[in-house]
Amino acid sequence: MSSTITIQPYLRLAGLEPLIIRPETNFVNVGERTNVTGSKKFARLIRENKYEEALSVARQQVESGAQVLDVNMDDALLDGVEAMTTFLNLVQSEPDIARIPIMIDSSKFEIIEAGLKCVQGKCIVNSISMKEGEEKFIEQAFKCKAYGAAVIVMAFDEIGQADTKERKIEICQRAYNILTTKVGFPPEDIIFDPNIFAVATGIEEHNNYAVDFIEATREIKKRMPLTKVSGGVSNVSFSFRGNDHVREAIHSVFLFHAIKAGMGMGIVNAGQLVVYDEIEPTLRALCEDVLLNKNNDNNEATEKLIIHAETVKAKGKVEIKDEAWRNEPVEKRLSHALINGITEYIEADTEEARQKYPQPLDVIEGPLMDGMNIVGDLFGAGKMFLPQVVKSARVMKKSVAVLTPFIEAEKEERKQAHLAAGTTNTEAAGAAKILLATVKGDVHDIGKNIVGVVLGCNGYDIIDLGVMVPTDKILEAAQKENVDIIGLSGLITPSLDEMVHIAKEMKRRGMKQPLLIGGATTSKIHTAVKIAPEYQDVIHVLDASRSVTVAGSLLSKDQQAGFLSDTQSDYAQLKYQFDNKKPTKEYLAYQDALNNKMAINWDAYQPVTPSYTGTKLYKNVDLAILREFIDWKPFFITWEMHGNFPAILTDEVVGKEASKLYADANALLDTIITEEWLTADGTIGFWPASSEADDVTVVADKRVKLSFLRQQIKKAPGQPNFSLADFIAPASSNKEDFMGAFAVTIKGIEPHIQAFEAQHDDYNKIMLQALADRLAEAFAEYLHLQTRKTDWGYAVSEQLDNAALIGEKYVGIRPAPGYPACPDHTEKYKLFELLNVKDAIGIELTENLAMYPASSVCGWYFANPQSTYYGLGKIMQDQLKDYATRKNMPLEEAERWLRPVLE
Amino acid sequence: MRIKNELEQRILVIDGAMGTMIQRHKLEEADYRGEQFKNWHTDVKGNNDMLCITQPDIIVGIHKQYLAAGADIIETNTFSSTTIAMADYDMQAYAYALNVAAATCARRAVEEFTAENKDCGPKFVAGAIGPLNKTLSLSPDVNNPGFRAVTFDEVVVSYKEQIKGMVDGGVDLLLIETIFDTLNAKAAIFAVKEFFRENNIPELPIMISGTITDASGRTLSGQTLEAFYTSIKHAEPLSVGLNCALGAAEMRSHIEELSQIASCYTSAYPNAGLPNAMGEYDEAPHQTAHFIEEWARQGFVNIVGGCCGTTPDHIKHIADHVRKMAPRKKPTVATSIA
Repeated sequence: MSSTITIQPYLRLAGLEPLIIRPETNFVNVGERTNVTGSKKFARLIRENKYEEALSVARQQVESGAQVLDVNMDDALLDGVEAMTTFLNLVQSEPDIARIPIMIDSSKFEIIEAGLKCVQGKCIVNSISMKEGEEKFIEQAFKCKAYGAAVIVMAFDEIGQADTKERKIEICQRAYNILTTKVGFPPEDIIFDPNIFAVATGIEEHNNYAVDFIEATREIKKRMPLTKVSGGVSNVSFSFRGNDHVREAIHSVFLFHAIKAGMGMGIVNAGQLVVYDEIEPTLRALCEDVLLNKNNDNNEATEKLIIHAETVKAKGKVEIKDEAWRNEPVEKRLSHALINGITEYIEADTEEARQKYPQPLDVIEGPLMDGMNIVGDLFGAGKMFLPQVVKSARVMKKSVAVLTPFIEAEKEERKQAHLAAGTTNTEAAGAAKILLATVKGDVHDIGKNIVGVVLGCNGYDIIDLGVMVPTDKILEAAQKENVDIIGLSGLITPSLDEMVHIAKEMKRRGMKQPLLIGGATTSKIHTAVKIAPEYQDVIHVLDASRSVTVAGSLLSKDQQAGFLSDTQSDYAQLKYQFDNKKPTKEYLAYQDALNNKMAINWDAYQPVTPSYTGTKLYKNVDLAILREFIDWKPFFITWEMHGNFPAILTDEVVGKEASKLYADANALLDTIITEEWLTADGTIGFWPASSEADDVTVVADKRVKLSFLRQQIKKAPGQPNFSLADFIAPASSNKEDFMGAFAVTIKGIEPHIQAFEAQHDDYNKIMLQALADRLAEAFAEYLHLQTRKTDWGYAVSEQLDNAALIGEKYVGIRPAPGYPACPDHTEKYKLFELLNVKDAIGIELTENLAMYPASSVCGWYFANPQSTYYGLGKIMQDQLKDYATRKNMPLEEAERWLRPVLE
Repeated sequence: MRIKNELEQRILVIDGAMGTMIQRHKLEEADYRGEQFKNWHTDVKGNNDMLCITQPDIIVGIHKQYLAAGADIIETNTFSSTTIAMADYDMQAYAYALNVAAATCARRAVEEFTAENKDCGPKFVAGAIGPLNKTLSLSPDVNNPGFRAVTFDEVVVSYKEQIKGMVDGGVDLLLIETIFDTLNAKAAIFAVKEFFRENNIPELPIMISGTITDASGRTLSGQTLEAFYTSIKHAEPLSVGLNCALGAAEMRSHIEELSQIASCYTSAYPNAGLPNAMGEYDEAPHQTAHFIEEWARQGFVNIVGGCCGTTPDHIKHIADHVRKMAPRKKPTVATSIA
């Protein structure tokens, strides 16, 4: 059944996607701003090595409609080969730019070749010509063919550049014959540039240049119909530089005629073309005379245009985006702005809607909620991603901020009216209220903020009590505000117990609101086993996107009862399974685990003495350095985008949004760094240390005994039961060993958070928090590197890139108190004492031992090459008792701190 | 050219997986080393390509099993025989020798088989040019997207040496396969063109086979199928097609699209389904053959066969199913715009 297909000889180009230029294809715009000879800004960015910003120029070209991207690095001050290679390699990593084909533009063939070696798609070479003779032309054409590129052939031969119609046609015909017969070049891959020269220069010989180009184009297309004609359009108006208004009109008129003659593509600033029909008629007629060389004896037309040009005020440069939506009715505009996260017009549009609707509240309940419902639906269907939703929320908040004063005024009016009439105010309650709080002792609130934004987007009234909120304050606020749902968040393990406590309190107070549990350490199983028995209407919410459906079910009269009873039976089932789980894991008695310690041959090991002992401050470390150490994967996880970096940037589903988010993050980072928003302070220290069983004695100004925990799970034969103490030489070994510690913090976030809050800009608020967290982690990574290579200096010759650092390929470890290898948060007291953290760099510990500022990291340093990261797993009562005794801590208190790891 | 005559007449069958067949021999480190690499300084178990030198009888035996199953084209065992890929075993210096040895094995298999089966028709040896373990379009360094682990020029040099070994060893065709980064393939094409031009010998036919890595319908380096074809069309290949990553069921829509846009012959050799949870391929020979038979009936393909997980049994089933079917008709290429 194979009917024969015919393949047409069209010019076919490709970036990540194909571009086929068919006869019916409209004029193809080649973006011209990524050209150092044409764009001062781009040239400056490349010269200053600001490639990230240079990429944004390319992106802006694609967004404003360029179908091919012209890249030119011909600048005397640049190494063109290197600049072309660097820029194109970077472009290849940006799917939203690399989507379109590249035009590699240079007068030096070596730069063209360097470009061709970087691009997987089918490019256009701009340009080759016969100016240095046929032989060279043929050689270059062969190369272009071997690289698989289409070529622009400039009408230029041994004699010079063609200016008249006849010369243009003659040279193009000759080049065509050589290419198709001697090189075997496909005719559809040949594009001619018959030279667009400036008109209206005052020199009479130049007056016919536009006509020559247009007429040559017509003849070339007639003789060689498979080829294309292109050109650099802005040349034609060169005489009017400085007057963009007139230049744009000239370009439009020129293209109008040249396209009719067969010009199929051209290098133009797509964002700056006026529509031919919309050019003011006098100006259009004058341009036409000049370009077509009519009524132009003695430069008459030229003179007229010059005089007219001076009367026309230049509009200045305005980015022209697709603004068609601005012509829609106000409801459509509001929803467009919400869906696309555009704040630019929201205030004016809101005001317009307010005047249109009887009541300001109608605007919220009508068009705004309609728009947000679409956002909610798109988000639920996976068609929008979290960063976009947060941007939508920003638009919503700005709009609501416009309406609020009017709503308040109306309320007041009605109140007064009721008072005057002696009636009762029966106004219905507004949207459902949801209270959110990060529990006592915990300072982490990025996740909670995201949940707040997402729920806020869905029309709920959010009461956010912030971080470190004590139980009483949460429950009192809930009762006073008569909220419909309470949501608790927490990141550190002690928060789990705090949540259990709040649940108990809610039951005691006889509260009825559903309780939502969320945050990184929370889990469905913990909620079912520990919280549900205390308060039955509790639901664990895995991430922000689920919060919407959960809240929806809970607040729907029809669904609430069923949803709660389903959840309760689900949790009861989980708890039953948990309680009846046969112990599948076997544990060793603590003494046996201790006997199975990691046996390091201390006789064969010579500890490296640090370059100093005691502490050293790292104040105000350059954020630009720390930036290089950022691990981006957790950043994306914060935004609920899961995947490896940088693969996530090109991911089929979230790639586009991830790239935008990444660009926004980098832009904010630029600001943070250049405007010095944040300060990075850290401290590290090294001290002689020796171990005994699971204790390590550190000799600082005084002796500090650290207590560690040992794995108790029964291991496979030959596998040790780890304790961090194993990595420090025992006193009995007679080796002088050392241990270190560090604490870092990123300070100064508060005023900027407040500023974003004042602007209702949750997106940037969350972004800033997430970046501060990343910078703190990067700082820890950076100091660890300093420690290994210089300060302690036990791995002087290490050579690892950031991926290897993130992959923990280094020697030695830096475990943090409260995390898997040493889960007891109370050891932080000792770390803070050893490093004098509070006075030195100003980190405070909360009662639950979270650090404030929240973007802080601390940990121990172990240098032994056999030291390794591991998880403690569960421990038994015998170790708990021994540990409490060793730490001189009441058993109940030790039990409370270690509950998450007790079997 | 003989292969073009054959392709006009019928659907040709290309062989199946080499690795799967080598695994069946349960070779140990010492077997890989053989006599020549007895004292080699790195572990070499898993370097399947070196078996062309150290265990040529095994490789010839596998080739012959595929020929007996009905393969018309067999691929040399050279997927990683480049200076760049062999660096994993520090065997860069042997890249040329490996290709000569692999081509020799395949040639020997064809000669022995043809001698034993006089009426079997023409058999062709395709020199298999793999994708390399380093990519030209993607940065291996997460924080430095502009970084490249290898340059275009280095890749060209490496491929050229491989091509020289294959040509010296006597291959009939060159097969640039499992392309997940089109720029690597463009470097291979560049190397082929340059090699034949510099040595002033007629170019061997080039087969090109890309890899669509997942349901997105794109290559790993992000191109759509049509963009990929547009970017390699200048090779003026004998055939273009798809192999690896997908099973026949998942490959169908892509091979259909390719059959519509490619002006040359088309090829398809999918994996034996998608790997199961244990990483094994368990699509049965008759299942694979069933999918491919349908492609043939629809007129999508000129060359079919198998990739990862396929065996001589799969190839036999495929060959039996497509033997009587008409090949895809190549599209007409217009020389003027209608």
